[in-house]
This record gives sequence, structure tokens and C-alpha cells, in this order.
Amino acid sequence: MATKKEFNVFAHELVPEHRVLSEEERETLLRKYRIKISQLPQIKASDPAVVALDAKPGDVIEIKRKSPTAGYYYYYRLVVED
Amino acid sequence: MQSMKKVIGSIEFGILSPQEIRKMSAAEITVPDTYDDDGYPIEGGLMDKRLGVIDPGLRCETCGARAGECPGHFGHVELARPIIHVGFAKTIHRVLESTCRECGRIKLTDEEIEEYTHKFEVMGDRKKAKDRLIKEIHKKAKERMVCPHCGAPQFPIKFERPTIYWELRKDEEGNEYRHRMMPSEVRDRLEKIPDKDLPLLGLHPEKARPEWMVLTVLPVPPVTMRPSITLESGIRAEDDLTHKLVDIIRINNRLKSNIEAGAPQLIIEDLWDLLQYHVTTYINNETSGIPPAKHKSGRPLKTLSQRLKGKEGRFRGNLSGKRVNFSARTVISPDPMISINEVGVPLAVAMELTVPEKVTEFNFEKLKQRVLNGPEKYPGANYVIDPEGRRIRLMENNLEIIAEKLDLGWTVERHLEDGDIVLFNRQPSLHRMSIMAHRVRVMPYKTFRLNLAVCPPYNADFDGDEMNLHVPQTEEAQAEAKILMEVQNHIISPRYGGPLIAGMQDHISGGYLLTREGAYFTRSEVEQMLMFAGVDVGELPKPDKVENGVELWSGKTIFSLLLPGDLTIWYRNKLCDDPERCETLERLIEEKLVPDEEEVKKLAYDGFTYILNGKLLSGVVDKKAYGREDGKLLDLIVREYGVERARQFLDQVTKLTIWVITHRGFTTAIDDEDLPVEALDRIREIIREAEERVNRLIEAYKNGELEPLPGKTLEETLESNIMAVLAEARDNAGKVAERYLGMTNHAVIMAKTGARGKMLNITQMAAMLGQQSIRGKRLYRGYRGRVLTHFKPGDLGAKARGFVTNSYKSGLTPQEYFFHAMGGREGLVDTAVRTAQSGYMQRRLINALQDLKVDYDGTVRDPTGIIVQFRYGEDGVDPMKSWQGKTVDVDRVIIRTLLKVRGGGE
Ligand SMILES: [Mg+2]
Ligand SMILES: [Zn+2]
Ligand SMILES: [Zn+2]
Repeated sequence: MATKKEFNVFAHELVPEHRVLSEEERETLLRKYRIKISQLPQIKASDPAVVALDAKPGDVIEIKRKSPTAGYYYYYRLVVED
Repeated sequence: MQSMKKVIGSIEFGILSPQEIRKMSAAEITVPDTYDDDGYPIEGGLMDKRLGVIDPGLRCETCGARAGECPGHFGHVELARPIIHVGFAKTIHRVLESTCRECGRIKLTDEEIEEYTHKFEVMGDRKKAKDRLIKEIHKKAKERMVCPHCGAPQFPIKFERPTIYWELRKDEEGNEYRHRMMPSEVRDRLEKIPDKDLPLLGLHPEKARPEWMVLTVLPVPPVTMRPSITLESGIRAEDDLTHKLVDIIRINNRLKSNIEAGAPQLIIEDLWDLLQYHVTTYINNETSGIPPAKHKSGRPLKTLSQRLKGKEGRFRGNLSGKRVNFSARTVISPDPMISINEVGVPLAVAMELTVPEKVTEFNFEKLKQRVLNGPEKYPGANYVIDPEGRRIRLMENNLEIIAEKLDLGWTVERHLEDGDIVLFNRQPSLHRMSIMAHRVRVMPYKTFRLNLAVCPPYNADFDGDEMNLHVPQTEEAQAEAKILMEVQNHIISPRYGGPLIAGMQDHISGGYLLTREGAYFTRSEVEQMLMFAGVDVGELPKPDKVENGVELWSGKTIFSLLLPGDLTIWYRNKLCDDPERCETLERLIEEKLVPDEEEVKKLAYDGFTYILNGKLLSGVVDKKAYGREDGKLLDLIVREYGVERARQFLDQVTKLTIWVITHRGFTTAIDDEDLPVEALDRIREIIREAEERVNRLIEAYKNGELEPLPGKTLEETLESNIMAVLAEARDNAGKVAERYLGMTNHAVIMAKTGARGKMLNITQMAAMLGQQSIRGKRLYRGYRGRVLTHFKPGDLGAKARGFVTNSYKSGLTPQEYFFHAMGGREGLVDTAVRTAQSGYMQRRLINALQDLKVDYDGTVRDPTGIIVQFRYGEDGVDPMKSWQGKTVDVDRVIIRTLLKVRGGGE
């Protein structure tokens, strides 16, 4: 393939904001919901948004979604290998 | 004994170890027989009294209890040689392949072990991911032909269904040969596997050691699990399991004596295989690869696995669903006089079903009377339970004795009485409103009676439907049913946040007749209807007018008597066909908020409902007031005045409107579709014009003058143009009909108020049917180039392609009738297909979602605690408590506040 065209997934209207949580934020999250890290919803490391963020398995991603019922809604996913 | 109540804290699944089997065993079973010639259990036999008793009169030798009270006790058989458990045959194969034949370690390097151990930790409880990883480990380990720990060479292992393992060995010269691994060798290998490697094989070191998958001791289930039956002829018939156990013990004994006698290896192995066969079929008689064990009659035996599997098995047949006592089923019929939260129960049913009531000093006299009445006289009782927990059946001859003995601490199982809480259900139970709690009303005759307003949640009608009734037997269950399941708690549907239990049909028509402009009633009428509806007003309000000395009350005034005194609401109802008048009123109300009543009355309009402080000032009540889905008034009462007030309102309003509709008279007949000659002429003219326009379009198409629409072929363009013309023609015909059919016409009243039917139905009856279609297209299939042979091939005209110009009343021509049948068939097919498809989808969705629950922290989780939503529905709102799906209705809050400030409510 010749020069790959730069494409930013986050520029797309339908892709919500993604963010990698810091170590500290991750611990707060786990404490807030009283869960083990394995009880978080998961996202594959090959997911375009995860690739774009350069997140590694074990990281937790915060997704800020628009919600028709709640305005904004935060969702958390653990990055896993695929 | 009643005192044996225990609570299950948790359930653990594992494999029984030989030690555990021996520990829980009450007796070793060595005799392959059941009863002696006198019919007495043989000691050491399969009916040994230490395993429990089933014959009346005998006592269990383990617990000392009699038949019926002794729960039964396990025994065991010491197997002469180890036997593979079929249920684990595949797992054994996997474990053998994954581990070293010499040292027993898993065939992974230390690094790999660490890596996989870490992966398991991260994964937690996700079953799917775990299974996938176990499979991956298996694949990797079995391909290692040299042990990474001890360096021993490995051989492939072949598994031959159902229970044979072969090792494909090589001798020093490299010649391959097969070695049969007997169960004892398999067991030896499994024993060697160290505990620390087991988690990677998917096994728990304490609860599932792999060698336990090869049986050395066989548990013998208690006799209570496999009772023998005595036939009328006096011959005992043993349970299938007992038969199978007899076979196992017989062969086991033979094997043992042969080994002890030092018989040749070949004979021993034959017997060993035979024992394996019997144990295999004992566990699962549908094991592929071996013939099922059969009864003398040729019927295959029903062994352990067969008891659990399938629709009638232990799980689906006895645990997920079971037959219950204290239930009744009969045909349902309507009763508008009972409340929506009541159910009429036939006397015969009420005398069969009972409620246990504890004797206290408060109900002592009452219950004593019930006991004295006994089972034959209503209201009586069928049983009493004494303080020791003994159930005593009440009979004609013991009533007095028991009534005398009755005291605190006793329980009386009394007949069902008015006011008792019961659960009422109609299948298919597709949503939670399919089972609701009702209060009993004991009635004569033989059907369950229910209020018409609760038909929608059950989807019930009275064309022969039957329903079920269950009586909760504990105070906890009764309280729970009352608080969570009573009908009034389900007036609002969680599906769309509007009323589901609501007025229907005549309630709506009656509401219109009562409240429309110009409806006045005399004193005696008003008194009667209020009495009928159960409305208690100390004194009637001032009459609205006096005509010829007769006091008259308007329907609006009467209706207002049912409303809470401070209720205020306004909305455009179904009859609003003059937006300007509605707007004027709306503007007046929104500007002043508490406008002058006289001012409103001047502007009053049937199409705009306005209730100020519990007074209906303008508009009629129709489907938008208390009808299904969009009953705004009912919705508001539920939310702002509570479900109990809503129930009262619904009960009263349905009765009131029924009184009105029955006493005024309301019917629909063929003359409701009569149109004057000029209307029919006008419709005929519309049809003629439409046909002409269609012909012109066809002409244009044939001459190539038609311009194709974007994205359509010329033919499609023609079709869509024709369809548009014909649809317009029917609409116009409908409008003509509508012009001549006013609100004096009962069919029109029903359609306009939303009670039943649509204006389209009336149009089709009175004016014309219009275009028949299949899949949104004009009819075209049938013969070559034409739908029916009555037309010329290639005729594209309106009439030739299913345009029906007649009405149901004028009658269809034979051709039209056939077209109508074609269009009608599509509707039937689709409903059939749709119900089947949606039923299947519903089942799949329920299966996928049934175990999810909202936790106390607002998260939605699966049973293992994995989070699905961090907040239920993203906003954490119960749709049933929402305002049409929204969390709060800000406008409503503002209005309520303003009303309070500016003086509302009496
Ligand atoms: Mg029916
Ligand atoms: Zn016992
Ligand atoms: Zn080894």
C-alpha cells in the first residue's frame, strides 16, 4: 500500500469521546463500584478507538457518550487482548 | 416434622471423592437382590433398611423414622476394578493429552504456566473466555511430544467412544503399536497430576481431583429415590435404577471372585468391560456407541441422565416449572360492577381453596365459627393445624370436638373469603402484568369475573378464555403480592409510560355522551347515576340551569364530582378539528393561569378539555382523558394523587359512563352508513374523475409523454402516479361521507372519540373501499397480463388492478370481491407471521436478559457481578415512574407551583 491516509476516528460524529484512565482514577472507579477489574465491560485492543489512543491491555477506557435519556453517560471498558 | 426448615446459603458443584462416597454411605451393598421370599428387605441388598424405608410399618435403621418421614440415605458399592465415569470421558481424554505420562505435570513450560495463570486471574468469572483459554492450553499441551519438565517422550492418546483409551506407542525400532489403557492405568496417571497444575486444566484441586472421574466406589441412591411399586396382582415391580444396580452388583461380585480365584487375564478383562457397560448405561442409557440397556419388554431403561434431561426431566419439568396446589382455573366473564382490583371467584372454588390463618385472640371467635361450619358450609374451613404441626382434616363428625380444642397457636385453613389476596394470571405470560394480585369477591355461578378495564394487561376477552388463580399461603407472600402486584400498581405501563389499565369502548363513548356540550340531566337521573357509580356527595351542587321549573345539571358538572378538588389540566382532545378555537382557549389559560370561569364558559369548545381545580369547564372526556395509552387525565391522577385514587376514579368513571350509555341508548346499525343521494352522486363523480385521470396517465405513458420521477423507471412512475390519484380519490370520498355523518351518528361518535374504530372504517362502509394492494403495490399477479380473466390483458386501468369503487354497504361486484380477498389475505398472513416471529424474538430476549438485575448502587449486573450498565437506562429512571419516558416534566412542575401561588384548589 502506498501512503496510508491519516484518519482520525474521533473526528467522526458517531464516535464518542474515549480517554484512558490514570492509575489513580482506575482505582477510584473500582472502589466506587466495589468490583474486581474483571467485572468491567471489555473492549478489544484492536478496537480502532483503542488503537488510536495507544492503550494497552489492562488499561481502562472511559467513554463519554451522548445519551437521549441522561444527556451524557460515562461508560468504562477494560482493554483486553483479542 | 415442620421444624426441618433450612435455608440454602450457597450451592457448590464438584466431583465426589471415594472417601466422601464412603463417608456419606449408610451401608455397603453387596447382595444383588432386593426382597426375600417374604417380601422383607434383604440385609446388604439394594433395599437394605439402612438406606431408608418405603414400606409402611418398617423403620429406617439409620435414622429410625418411618416411611414418608425418613428422607433416605445413600449406600455404596466397592467396585472390584476402577470404572470410567461416562460423563467425564471427554474431560479425562483432554487431561490425559495435556499432561506428561511419566511425571504427571502439565506439558507447558514454566513461562507458559505463569502467563496462563495470569490470564486466568485477569479474566475473573467469564465462562466463555475461560472455556476458550482452556481449549487453547489443551491444544498447546497435547502437541508437545517431549515433557518440558522431565524430558520424557510422549505419545498421542486416542479416545474411542464411549470409554476406551488407546495410547499410540512406538517401540525402540520405531514400530507403532496400540496399547489399551485400562481404567486403572488411566487413574494412576491422573493421580500423578500435581494440584498446582489443575487450575490450568480447568479443574479445582479440592473439589474436582481428576482421578475422581474414574470411579472406584459407586454411590447407591436411597430407596426413596427408586421406590418399588406393588401391582394389583401382588407382584413387586422394581424401579429402573434398581434393576441397573442389580446388574452392576452381580457383575462386580463375579469380577471380584474371578480376580480372587486368579482367573486368566482375558476373562477378567471381559468381565471388567461388562461392568463398565453396566455402569455407563446406569449413568446414561443414551450413550452413543453402545446399545441401550433394555427392560424385558424391550423398553429402554430410564437411568440417571434420562431422569434429568429434557422437557419432562427434573430441571425443566420439576424445578423451572411445576404443578402447584392452591390454584384454580376456569372460564372468565366480565363484571363491570366489581373494582378493577377484584376478581369474582365462584363459590365452589372458594370452598376448595384455603388460606391458612393463625388463631389469635382477635380472630378467635371468627375462626371458631369457621371450624364449626366445616368444609360443607360456606364460610368454613377444610383443615386445622395444631401447635405440633399436625394437619387435621375437618369432617362432619369432628367439627365440634376440634372447635372446642381450637386455641392460640393453632392454624385454621379457612375457605377463601371476600378481601383475600390472590394472584390472577392469563397465559401467555409475556410481561409482568400477566400476573397481578386481586382481591377476592366470592360469587355464585362457575366463572371467574373480572372488570373490563383489566382486560388489556392480560390480553383477555370473553370468547371462552380461561384464567388461573393462585392463593398465597404465607403472610409474607400475601404482603408482597399486595404491595408489589396489586392491579392499581400497574395502571401505568412500563413500556410506554402511559395507562395500560384504562377505560375502553363504551366507557369512552359514554364519557362523550355525558360531557358533551348540551348534555343535561334531571335530579332523578343525576341521583341514579351517582348512586350507580358509587359516588358519595353529601349534597348535589347547584343546578346548572332550570328549565320550565325542572332543575338540570350538565354532564360536565356531574363528571367533575369524580375529580380531585385541586386537579388542573388542559389539552386538545380527539375531537379538536378547529385549531383556532383551541388556541384561543390555550392562550387565555396560559396567560391568566386561573382565568374567570364565565370567560372560559363563553369560549368552551368540545375539542379542548380544560379542568380547573377539579371542574370540567370545557371540552368532552374521550380516549385522551382515561383511555389506553394516551389517557392524560388518568395518567395525571396516578402520578399526582396516587394509585389508590386512580383506582377509585377508574371504578367510578367506568360505572358512571356505563349508566349514561345504557340509559341514553347507544347502538350502531346499517343506517349509520346511510348517505343522502347528493353525497352518493358526489362520490360517484369523484370516482369518475379519478378513473379518467388514471386513463389519461396511461395514455400519456403509452404515448411516451410521461416524465419519469427521479430514481424510478417509467413503469414505476406510472404506478406511483396512479396510486396517488386513487388514494386521493378515496380520501375525497371519505371527506364527503364525513361531511354528511355528524356527531349524531353513533359509528362516528365511536371513531372520533377513540372508543372503537377509525373514520377509515366508516368511509369504507359508507363511501368506498378504495385500492386493494399487496406489499404496497396495486394487484398485478394472476393471469398473463391481467389479474382476473374479466379484464383485457395489459389493462392498466383502475378497475382492472384492484380499485374497489363500491362500499361494504352498497356491496362488492364479484371481481371486486375477489380483489378484496387478495388484499385481505396479505393481512392474515402477516399477522400469523408477525406473531410467530415476535414470539420467538421475545423468548430469545428474555433468555438473554432474565438474569440481569439492577443492584442497589444503580448498576445493572449479571449474576457474577459483571457490570452491564453503570446506571440503569443511563439515567437510572424506572420507565413506569417516568413522564412519558422523561425523568421529570418540568412544565408540569412549573404549572403546579404557579397554581399554588396564584390560588388554586379548594
Ligand atoms: Mg379469546
Ligand atoms: Zn432414615
Ligand atoms: Zn514429565
